[in-house]
Amino acid sequence: MIKSSINEQASALPRRAAPLEVRDLTVAYHEKPVLWDVDLSIPEGQLCAIVGPNGAGKSTLIKAVLGLIPKASGTVQFFGQPLEAARRRIGYVPQRSSVDWDFPTNALDVVLMGLYGRLGWFRRPGKAEREAAMHALEQVGLTAFAHRQIAQLSGGQQQRVFLARALAQASDLYFMDEPFAGVDAVTEAAILQVMRELKKQGKTVVVVHHDLETVRDYFDHLTLLNVQVIASGPLEQTFTPENLKATYGERMSVGVGR
Amino acid sequence: MDLLAGIFTDYTLRNVALGAALLGLVGGVLGSFATLRRQSLLGDVLAHAALPGICLAFLLTGTKAPLILLLGAGLAGWLASLLMLAILRSTRLPEDSTLGVILSGFFGFGIGLLTFIQHSGDSDQAGLDKFIFGQAATVVGEDVLTMAVLGGVALLLVGLLYKEFKLLTFDPAFASSLGLPVRGLGTLLTSLTVIAVMIGLQTVGVVLMAAMLIAPAAAARQWTNRLSTMVWLSAAFGVLSGVLGAVISATRENLPTGPLVVLTASLITLFSLLLAPERGLVWDWRRTRNNRRRIRLERLLLDAHVLYNHAELTPESLAQRRRAAPARAKEELEELAARGWVTGRGERWELTEQGHAEAHRLEQAMRVLPKALNPRAEGGAGGAA
Repeated sequence: MIKSSINEQASALPRRAAPLEVRDLTVAYHEKPVLWDVDLSIPEGQLCAIVGPNGAGKSTLIKAVLGLIPKASGTVQFFGQPLEAARRRIGYVPQRSSVDWDFPTNALDVVLMGLYGRLGWFRRPGKAEREAAMHALEQVGLTAFAHRQIAQLSGGQQQRVFLARALAQASDLYFMDEPFAGVDAVTEAAILQVMRELKKQGKTVVVVHHDLETVRDYFDHLTLLNVQVIASGPLEQTFTPENLKATYGERMSVGVGR
Repeated sequence: MDLLAGIFTDYTLRNVALGAALLGLVGGVLGSFATLRRQSLLGDVLAHAALPGICLAFLLTGTKAPLILLLGAGLAGWLASLLMLAILRSTRLPEDSTLGVILSGFFGFGIGLLTFIQHSGDSDQAGLDKFIFGQAATVVGEDVLTMAVLGGVALLLVGLLYKEFKLLTFDPAFASSLGLPVRGLGTLLTSLTVIAVMIGLQTVGVVLMAAMLIAPAAAARQWTNRLSTMVWLSAAFGVLSGVLGAVISATRENLPTGPLVVLTASLITLFSLLLAPERGLVWDWRRTRNNRRRIRLERLLLDAHVLYNHAELTPESLAQRRRAAPARAKEELEELAARGWVTGRGERWELTEQGHAEAHRLEQAMRVLPKALNPRAEGGAGGAA
């Protein structure tokens, strides 16, 4: 019943391949599946949130889709192509806590890593790459911090460095894993501005998000996830009290009809 | 100086120093990556696991040709690292336990084999035990050549794949999302570490080898915030330890080279941990002390400022406000005077222009409102306005 809305939409206007098309995706670390039979279609040029309670498999979904962890079953296509063929069109912002920020390097250098894929094996980044990286830093408002050791950046600035690295990838589809987690107001505004700029350029952004309060303001498309997909579609159709209850259980207390 | 000159004239010393320097160079470079990947103990496992490899290579071939023994060592170390990664991936055993199990398992097996060989009556076996603690004096030209070739290959690969290794070390998930074969690259990096261990076996032996991977890298990290600089520095520290250790051990009979090389590296590390700017403990300690002192003085100035503006600034009034002895308050006023913030006029003290300016700056900076004269009487806690 809940999924019918997307199906109708899909059949009503047959378009070119969606940026992300997931079919029957199941992921299991040990006995219990973390993701169960996930079907997902992300529309082009929209800001899409993946929302669900802790342990719902939100990050796992992104990682499995990007091939960072093995799938038990299922297929994933990007723009109608398998992952390998579409890699250069995909940008990724991992969780900030996933790396050691005491690593001996500076902000500019981390952003340059976003260009390693384009550079290919053996080649080192040169002047053109450094300029592209500086441009990406500028977009997140960190020009002045380019040569700052990354441990000396605030948490929000570190998050923006990761975002700039993804921007340097110049992709068509971005995955961001909890970019708003534990950041300051300046960073939150900067990330949001970048996301909207990307949307303006026709790019697609998929964000793992945890804050129901801001879902309505930030996103066009919502996927509610709790091991299975509870609902996925345009925000106004999916962001309903019934769906939230189905995702989070009875004790949901966030007002939806603000 | 004569000793350093000996490196160029004395054949034995030259080989020993070259071998130790090569070990320092390759160990320093690969150790940088190993420590940053939090795998420094992997080097320890690799080194200990090399012992059964050496013994098996000898048992199977009957020769003590360095290349054969080193290949055996490398193969065993490599197997141990693969086994370790497999255990980590497929079981829930934590990393330290896995390291411990593999290390002691392989090393125990090696000691067992060694004892078996020693009692087998094979007169050729003498000297295999030198691999436990190393015996640099036995390094000859042929060994140095073997080490140089092995090390050259390892360094060449690090040079070619520097960018990839760097990304793998910093953010493997992102590397994987770019399509880099992180598993293969990780295995390659570990294999190169095996080569570093192979180079060190004859000089420092399996027990002390890990130090030559960890110590130079840990020291280098203290001095720089750039990976490339760290790798170069680590290599330089490694070479320095190798050469110095070799030269010092040549000053006297019966000074073992391997332990001296390791000792030199450890001293460099100790020095760096204590004294490197920014990260060094001494500076850190001084910074903390200075900050505390500065903050205490600033607190003091603000108290004096309030008293001066609303009542009078005397040792007694300050003592009362700060709940200290008047003698102590006098000392504190003199501390402020030393900064040029107050001047004493007999019993009465007053703020200088500088003192006023500083107090205002502090109030602005901390957004502290000018304090009420006697907050305690108003029931305020601690005087925060």
